[in-house]
Amino acid sequence: MKPAPFDYVRPGSLAEACELLAGDEDARLIAGGQTLVPMLAMRLARPAKLIDIMRLPELAGIRAQEGVVIVGATTRQAQAERDAVIRGSVPLLARALPWVGHPPTRNRGTIGGSIANADPSAEIPLVAVTLGAEIMLATTSGPASMPADDFFIGPMLTSIGQGDCVRAVRFPVWPQRRIGTGFFEISARRSDFAFVAAAAQVALDDDDRCVEVALGVGGVGDRPLRLDMSALVGTGLAPAAVAEAIAAASADMDAMTDLHASAAYRRRVATTLCIRAVEQARADAAARAMEGAR
Amino acid sequence: MKVELRINGAARCAEVEPRQTLLDALRENFLLTGTHAGCEHGVCGACTVLVDGEPVRSCLMFAVQADGYEITTIEGLAPAPGELSVIQDAFCETHGLQCGYCTPGMILAAHALLRHTVTPSREEIVEAISGNICRCTGYGQIIEAVEFAAARLRIANTPRPRHAAHEHPHAEHDAPVEGVLAAAEADEPAVEAK
Repeated sequence: MKPAPFDYVRPGSLAEACELLAGDEDARLIAGGQTLVPMLAMRLARPAKLIDIMRLPELAGIRAQEGVVIVGATTRQAQAERDAVIRGSVPLLARALPWVGHPPTRNRGTIGGSIANADPSAEIPLVAVTLGAEIMLATTSGPASMPADDFFIGPMLTSIGQGDCVRAVRFPVWPQRRIGTGFFEISARRSDFAFVAAAAQVALDDDDRCVEVALGVGGVGDRPLRLDMSALVGTGLAPAAVAEAIAAASADMDAMTDLHASAAYRRRVATTLCIRAVEQARADAAARAMEGAR
Repeated sequence: MKVELRINGAARCAEVEPRQTLLDALRENFLLTGTHAGCEHGVCGACTVLVDGEPVRSCLMFAVQADGYEITTIEGLAPAPGELSVIQDAFCETHGLQCGYCTPGMILAAHALLRHTVTPSREEIVEAISGNICRCTGYGQIIEAVEFAAARLRIANTPRPRHAAHEHPHAEHDAPVEGVLAAAEADEPAVEAK
């Protein structure tokens, strides 16, 4: 359980990191290392060079801008979990982060690392897809970005190019006042890899009617999926209507079978968790009105 | 590569291979063998150390990544040689360990928790140690140990974290807190009335 030998470099700038990465097929980026180091220890990965981007100032920080929150790639998961901007403006990310790994891995693991790793059961990619976030990249030819939905293309597979680095994730901030979130997942042990995870964010108007709803599932297919819930906009999110919309949206959803769970189990659990997540988000948003009215 | 680390408040220096984990550097270069090597791929938590006060797995961090941080190992908790920290003592009192393999990691995880919160709920304790595997105790006595340590720290006459003041109304006053005398008497054997 010792990694194979490698060279370790700590570039002084993001451009230098991209150049190093582009020039060496056997080089890998390391930031928090909470997924990469186990892979190295088990020798499932044997890069010749590790490029440490953890201390690059270009990748750090959480910034609120017009209608978006930009979370730097090397933001620690634990730091994001406690961050007031994220709690206030991207509440679904704040709701999901306690489900990511364990406290000690969240203290090292980064937001960008989880995105770039693209585990189909991972919570941060699920939130990014559910909310329609943009993945911001640094490439050898300058900055670029793409929707999360296009970024994740399969299990641990992304459409990122050789020499590209995840720079930040741009989460949309919903403008409504009454926003609620819901998150559920099923795993074998506390905070272990999710067999199925469901994330929901709901905005209600003052009459408790749904103005906007986003719902996503992770761990079921080979990447996180956003379900089309547009039929629920304008309704009061009655349980029967929610169940029907979820059944319709997930009817042709691909599901994986593996040692842990069959495709049929995953589909069944996904439906149930989706219903619970939407209900939790609705109740959360509804509770906010009373606070505002006081 | 040469690395300069701050471990338990002291500046230490070593020549390491890039692939050498912080865990192996602590054990082999600095002979701090209280940090235990368990699974060596980030599952068991036996190798937990504090980095800038927060628990991390030292097997998932290379020594070459660790410069500039304040690293605390189990050897850094006791107030003086031959003494135990309040949390270490609580683990003994409540039989929060058997073989002891997971114990340094458990104690460091608990140490970080109790620095953040004065009155942890059972749920918060479970969450804090959820990344640490114990195969002896069944966790019950470990949770008890952390609760016991929290109770002792509450009644000890030591500065409390400011952000927990709202949960602990006495924290902002200088007046003796309820139970301060109990701290002094805590080591006396309890006498049951017959």
